[in-house]
Amino acid sequence: MALVLSEEQQLLKDSAKNFCEQNAPVSVLRGLRDSKDEQGYDQGIWSQMIELGWAGMAIPEAYGGFDFGYGGLGVVLEETGKTLVSSPLIPTVLVGATAIAQLGNEAQKQVLLPKIVAGELLTALALDEHTSHNPSKIATTATKVDGGYSLNGSKTFVLDGHIANMLIVVARTSGETDSEQGISLFLVDANAEGLNIARTIMVDSRNSSNIQFKNVVVAEDALLGEKDQGFNGLDSVLDIARIGIAAEMLGSMQAVFESILEFLKQREQFGVLIGSFQGLQHRAAEMYSEIELCKSAVRAALAGLDEPDTTQAEIAVLASMTKAKLSEVFFLVSNEGIQMHGGIGMTDEFDIGFFIKRARVAQQFLGDSSFHRDRYATLNGF
Amino acid sequence: MQSQQAFRIETRAWLEQNCPKSMRTSMVQEEVVWGGRNAEFANPDSEIWLQRMAEKGWTCPTWPSEYGGGGLDKDQTIVLGEELARINARPALTSFGISMLGPVLLEYGNHQQKQEHIPKIVRGEIRWCQGYSEPGSGSDLASLSTKAELQGDNYLINGSKVWTSYADKADWIFCLVRTDFDVPKHSGISFILFDMTSVGISTKPIQLISGSSPFCETFFDDVKAPASNLVGRLNEGWTIAKRLLQHERTMISGFGLSAGQSDNGGTTSTISSLEGTAMHYRGDSKKLSDPVLRDQIARFKIDADAFAHTSKRSIEESKQGQGPNATSSMLKNYGCELNKRRYELMLQAIGSQGLGWEGEGFNDEELQLTREWLRSKANSIEGGTSEVQLNIIAKRVLGLPDILSLAQK
Ligand SMILES: Cc1cc2nc3c(=O)[nH]c(=O)nc-3n(C[C@H](O)[C@H](O)[C@H](O)COP(=O)(O)OP(=O)(O)OC[C@H]3O[C@@H](n4cnc5c(N)ncnc54)[C@H](O)[C@@H]3O)c2cc1C
Ligand SMILES: Cc1cc2nc3c(=O)[nH]c(=O)nc-3n(C[C@H](O)[C@H](O)[C@H](O)COP(=O)(O)OP(=O)(O)OC[C@H]3O[C@@H](n4cnc5c(N)ncnc54)[C@H](O)[C@@H]3O)c2cc1C
Repeated sequence: MALVLSEEQQLLKDSAKNFCEQNAPVSVLRGLRDSKDEQGYDQGIWSQMIELGWAGMAIPEAYGGFDFGYGGLGVVLEETGKTLVSSPLIPTVLVGATAIAQLGNEAQKQVLLPKIVAGELLTALALDEHTSHNPSKIATTATKVDGGYSLNGSKTFVLDGHIANMLIVVARTSGETDSEQGISLFLVDANAEGLNIARTIMVDSRNSSNIQFKNVVVAEDALLGEKDQGFNGLDSVLDIARIGIAAEMLGSMQAVFESILEFLKQREQFGVLIGSFQGLQHRAAEMYSEIELCKSAVRAALAGLDEPDTTQAEIAVLASMTKAKLSEVFFLVSNEGIQMHGGIGMTDEFDIGFFIKRARVAQQFLGDSSFHRDRYATLNGF
Repeated sequence: MQSQQAFRIETRAWLEQNCPKSMRTSMVQEEVVWGGRNAEFANPDSEIWLQRMAEKGWTCPTWPSEYGGGGLDKDQTIVLGEELARINARPALTSFGISMLGPVLLEYGNHQQKQEHIPKIVRGEIRWCQGYSEPGSGSDLASLSTKAELQGDNYLINGSKVWTSYADKADWIFCLVRTDFDVPKHSGISFILFDMTSVGISTKPIQLISGSSPFCETFFDDVKAPASNLVGRLNEGWTIAKRLLQHERTMISGFGLSAGQSDNGGTTSTISSLEGTAMHYRGDSKKLSDPVLRDQIARFKIDADAFAHTSKRSIEESKQGQGPNATSSMLKNYGCELNKRRYELMLQAIGSQGLGWEGEGFNDEELQLTREWLRSKANSIEGGTSEVQLNIIAKRVLGLPDILSLAQK
């Protein structure tokens, strides 16, 4: 398992860095927020990202992708994290494409994946129903009706729900609300009758929504993966997504830390640079160490995804380890990001606020650190 | 150069043949092999194991074969490490010669010095100790005042060292001495080697809170050391001293990796799995019943995993033969703090059975744990304190300004 980037990955990372700095700095997100943009992302930038091949990064060549693996997508996410790029990259490319590639039948993959690569299809995963992540606690039902299923229930924290063309809905076809048994996934057209999608304005200025399903009827072939047995596959898709989101968090925390260092080397108080105060130096040194650990965790997890021999159980441990660690450290770094900047850190004009807002949303998404420590313990048999 | 796969097959076969069965179990404190003129082998198999490993140079796998080392490249060394780990092989030899002196002697010593000392380190024939700290010079090591004056062909050494680990058991010492008192403190230090049986050396053991006495006060009274034993150039010893500390820190950071990697850092306990121990003592079967302890153990293990990946990444990133750099301070600091956390959690897991000091009512492992827990507190002091490591990271890695010029350069 290689923990250093390959030459190809390094080149990709450099070009992604360049692109984000030039074309998608934090000011773009600020603009989207201030103009209350309907879409919640910049179409022009997204088109360029499609042209760069980012949407097909981890998709096999057989389905029109570029087969660069999750290591490739990971370095792109790390760079987009540095400038807080708001785009369908996470909901569609990381989550949606992975779900279809992992769980879809041949026909679904043939039809849908090339559309994602080409930027013609946006997806949203409708999973959680409660204020904290819990992928097996599903009350939304899918009942068998003539020629298909009828969906009823409600979902929350659905990223890109209001702009997606297609929803990937986690619903219960049997079993109790808390059971891993009886969970199935469905592909649902965003224009389907009975859907009520309400955009929610989140603190990080990124897209999210609440969705209600009232007798939403889908055809038999809308089933993604096996009926009743969807949990296992879902969980492995979520693990990949958790690792991907951690890669983005890694980029964001590095950007905050860079900003801190720059400030410590430039701001003078008491007649000296504040970076010479040991009270700040040691905290900076500790943050540096924690970020180095995060980098290693993300690299190891991404490498694990691309390594053909890694078992699902090993990936689950890597995913929970990584998401738990990154969530904790991003919490620390985003708080210190404000504190060490003093009064300036509290101003909206300064970018640091965007990062702490993003941090809390990313921490929650697909399980916060306590969710993942609990899962890690369970996976390790204690 | 043979392929990695061929090397793996060959190595596996050799280990299968040559590693005694009892050497394939977790190390216990009393059986750690330190070598030296008065080497002790509490387990007779460890003598055989040392002799066989030393013959191949695999006690020091990366060192040049010219001086008795293994002559392996980085990839082969990784393979050897993996194959040793696969059979849970004990380290054949543990010594300050391997982890500290050897690497700097190879970098800064002259041919004659290497020829004289390196093979003996590889074979565990000479045991070394480290004469750095003094009563007045701990973190501010460069303020040291043990004096060495040239008299004919010898240096005459006077002064004292403190906290010298195993000074009473070591055969030779690598020592920092002041050879010029009239220049800035970093510019008057030299690095010299001498025999601990020389006339004028005395040692006095100091007892630790763990009850053992592994280190000493060391006194030099007109000790004569041949001038040819000076390593590197006169008054340029500080560079070597710092380089050696990087190696020492890398070694100590290994305490943060999983147990079984024997050393004197308190990591030889055979009670290995933290969660297994906690469940055993609490009589839990599927899930640890104390949710707070469970969460703390999970957090610890997650940090330990991420740390292990970081150690591995730092090895992959370092170019062949380049050795450690300032990031060794990060690894040292984090590894030590992890090791201390591990022992605290271990005590919590075991409860009152982990607090025995001696005698009846406790088994050997429990008693050993108490002592190791206490010993682990030194991890963040020895080899430069945690605060000093954070200073180094702030200055050397992050480039933060050094207003008080307290630099550990
Ligand atoms: C919401 C808000 C309301 C405010 N209201 C008022 C008000 O009504 N009236 C008013 O006059 N001011 C007000 N202030 C200003 C406030 O008092 C200053 O922001 C504060 O004193 C810090 O100064 P600074 O922002 O210049 O940060 P700096 O002094 O530049 O500090 C930057 C960082 O360096 C650290 N630092 C600085 N010196 C040292 C040192 N010697 N050792 C270790 N660390 C050090 C700080 O702790 C901080 O983390 C307000 C600020 C805020 C955020
Ligand atoms: C078990 C053990 C084995 C050892 N073995 C050896 C050995 O074999 N050979 C050898 O030479 N030495 C050895 N040492 C000594 C060790 O290197 C010193 O103890 C260490 O460098 C600290 O020095 P000191 O004890 O004088 O503490 P001090 O330097 O007096 O430090 C006291 C406290 O002040 C803090 N402090 C000091 N300077 C700063 C600063 N600039 N910024 C912030 N905080 C600061 C320290 O971090 C510490 O918390 C050993 C020590 C131990 C505990």
